[in-house]
Amino acid sequence: MEALVNQLPIGLSIGAVLLLVALGLTFTFGQMGVINMAHGEFIMAGAYTAFLLQDLLLALPAAFLVAGLMGLILERAAIRHFYGRPLDTLLLTWGVSLVLQQLARDLFGAPNVQVAAPPWLTGAIGILPYNRLFILALAVAGVVAVWAYLGHTRQGRRTQAVVQNRQLAATSGIDTGRVDMLTFFIGSGLAGVAGVALTLIGPVGPALGTYYIVDAFLVVVAGGLGQLRGAVLAAAGLGLLNSYAEFWSDASLAKVIVFAAVIAFLQVRPQGMFVLRSRALT
Amino acid sequence: MIRKHLPFATIAVLALVAAPLLLEPFRLSLLAKYLCYAIVALGIGLAWGQGGMLTLGQGVFFGLGGYSMAMYLKLAEGGGLPDFMVWSGVEELPALWTPFANPVFALGMAVLGPVAIAVVLGTLVFRQRVRGAYFAILTQALAAAMVILLVGQQGLTGGTNGMTNFFDLFGADLAADSTQRGLYLVVAGVLGVLYLATRQLVNSRFGRLLVAVRDGEDRVRFLGYNPATVKTVTFAASAGMAGLAGALFVPVVGIISPALLGVVPSLELVVAVAVGGRHALAGAVLGAVLMGYAKTAFSEQFADGWLYLQGALFILVMTLAPKGIAGILGRWRSARAT
Amino acid sequence: MLELRDVRVVFDGFHALDGVDLTVPEGELRFLIGPNGAGKTTLIDVITGLTRPAAGTVTFDGHDLVGRKEHRIVRLGVGRTFQTSVVFEELSVVENLDLAACFRRPLWSLARRRKGVSQAVEEALTRTGLEELADRSAGVLSHGQRQWLELGMLLAQRPRLLLLDEPVAGMSREERERTGELLTQIAADHTVIVVEHDMEFLRRHASKVTVLHEGKVLVEGSVEQVSADPRVQEVYLGRKPSDAVGK
Repeated sequence: MEALVNQLPIGLSIGAVLLLVALGLTFTFGQMGVINMAHGEFIMAGAYTAFLLQDLLLALPAAFLVAGLMGLILERAAIRHFYGRPLDTLLLTWGVSLVLQQLARDLFGAPNVQVAAPPWLTGAIGILPYNRLFILALAVAGVVAVWAYLGHTRQGRRTQAVVQNRQLAATSGIDTGRVDMLTFFIGSGLAGVAGVALTLIGPVGPALGTYYIVDAFLVVVAGGLGQLRGAVLAAAGLGLLNSYAEFWSDASLAKVIVFAAVIAFLQVRPQGMFVLRSRALT
Repeated sequence: MIRKHLPFATIAVLALVAAPLLLEPFRLSLLAKYLCYAIVALGIGLAWGQGGMLTLGQGVFFGLGGYSMAMYLKLAEGGGLPDFMVWSGVEELPALWTPFANPVFALGMAVLGPVAIAVVLGTLVFRQRVRGAYFAILTQALAAAMVILLVGQQGLTGGTNGMTNFFDLFGADLAADSTQRGLYLVVAGVLGVLYLATRQLVNSRFGRLLVAVRDGEDRVRFLGYNPATVKTVTFAASAGMAGLAGALFVPVVGIISPALLGVVPSLELVVAVAVGGRHALAGAVLGAVLMGYAKTAFSEQFADGWLYLQGALFILVMTLAPKGIAGILGRWRSARAT
Repeated sequence: MLELRDVRVVFDGFHALDGVDLTVPEGELRFLIGPNGAGKTTLIDVITGLTRPAAGTVTFDGHDLVGRKEHRIVRLGVGRTFQTSVVFEELSVVENLDLAACFRRPLWSLARRRKGVSQAVEEALTRTGLEELADRSAGVLSHGQRQWLELGMLLAQRPRLLLLDEPVAGMSREERERTGELLTQIAADHTVIVVEHDMEFLRRHASKVTVLHEGKVLVEGSVEQVSADPRVQEVYLGRKPSDAVGK
């Protein structure tokens, strides 16, 4: 019973990181039909930004900007030529991801580095360590911001229009290129923030992104494409399942259990938790 | 008729006769290694190029084949427990290992194990019409999970280091040049047979059906076929090929470890197929051999540069020549013909 | 032969079909008309298993079709075409037809190369007049030819019930005429349901017509009966016949 409670903050904070990462993926995938494997490297970029600054509060906006700009450049330089070809973008961006990882290795060295957590984050309320609480708060803030952006700003509503019907949106005068750029910027920026969050619970290395990108994609698969609610639930579910599976079986089986759970879930909801119904024959 | 078969015949003669005579043993066994990868690539070409299923988890099947073979080789040495088990304090041979002392069982598992996993996964996933990028992501997650499992089960699998130090195969000394030459011929022969069989399949009605499923899965249902069956069969065939390749790889290269079958090696093979040309089976084979060679050549020269080069090469291929080398050759040939 | 009872389909609160009853006896050529959004295509989707109804029954030849997978329904002998004709562009015309003709064979028997042209395919080629284009890739066909190919694929399936979704949409006058002849031929020995907008085509080829409106069957009868019905005029012209007289 005690273990059940103790694992809870660990699972939830992993879920929170996954959510921050998956938000960008689910919207770029849903809106532009692209799969960005280099998204993991934006996490890594955010984490190294925190390492360079060694100041959490400064690092958060800085990492958002750094990762966001990297996403923006990637979108403009390469990805926008591949809209609607998810498999091609997957392979293309994997090439980008290789280059970025090697770049990080050359710039910061292959060994892991540490970011000192600020003193005000050491401690806990009962079983809830401050650092994990902070990560949860970050994810909540991220979701609220995305929700407010999508539902309550002009640009956000344009984004939703593009997600639902790109051509129609373009013909009704929406500059889809701008919308795409913004989505990429925000999504990548959130991955950067996730990277800062990760420095609170572990070391930073060039391959940091690769540990989270696969799970973040599973969140997208289970949550349903471009669905905020789905992403939140799926991230929490996968985070908790991960940490409990690791605790109860052993660490090496946890991923297999998570994988089996996702496949089982797809038997019930093949298109993820939430899905827009459409009559189109694809 | 003769003209049509000429390129294949030429390459077959070159590979089976000229290469063993001309190449020094070290180079020949490197070539054998590339040909093992080419077998996996052939399967990827079938599943992805013809069937549209981008599988990012072929390393899993390759690994299952490799580990099956490695277990047999370890047990065939005799002399009690495999070395790595002694090091990690295992005292009794795990029950999972016992049947692998039989070479027929080990080889059978090397192929049927991957096929079984592909059938189960394929049935569950394709039945629910999970496809395209989702399928790719799931196979990648499988590869990631598999590596963590293999690393974690130290006592069963040798952990991060995997298994190595194999000495003989069916009584032949693995270090001997003659054994390596024989192994090379086996690998080249298997690749040739599988290539012909796959080409036959692609040109058959089933091949047409597969292309139809790739281009319009939903439409195919209204022709009375179940696309899930077509895809599962194809995916299983490609998994079986990868498993067999893994089983051949182990005696040729002398090692199997998680690093050889995770997310990155699985993707590297897909990259090789894309470079060679995903829509042409010969392109897939060619791509795997070329990329294998390039990796060896460049890593020898400058270790880290290879990653930059591979990344850059891939970005270039995807943007400039999405149909790969085969696509470029095809365009050149049709330009010359007109 | 085909019987629909109280079929209802709801898309996110919108009632696409709101209690449709339809009976089509063997050998009949039935036209299905109605303004946009009346639920014509949805009805075909329900019969062929693409859309699952929220309520109601669909029986074909004694088999319950609701919940059956699409390819199983085809195997019972129900075939369809699509509004946006979908053919396999990378395959040749004859390969497209051949695939359509082979679905009853076990999968393993397809692992061999196609030799020659089967009788069903030959027939489909002659009927649709695509003999000359047999070895061309389907990607180069014109819009009308693609629709004929789709019809040909349907014929090669040798179905017992054919559902055609707007077979003459976007066709030129001559093409429409050819399609009309083809339809007459097909209807001679098949049960056919045609969804069509084109009123002239309807007048020339239809015998019995069902009019759908807002997810319900409005009228059923011969062309004359239907076009004389004031409710149909109202639905199509958006005004009451009395208004029309007044103008």
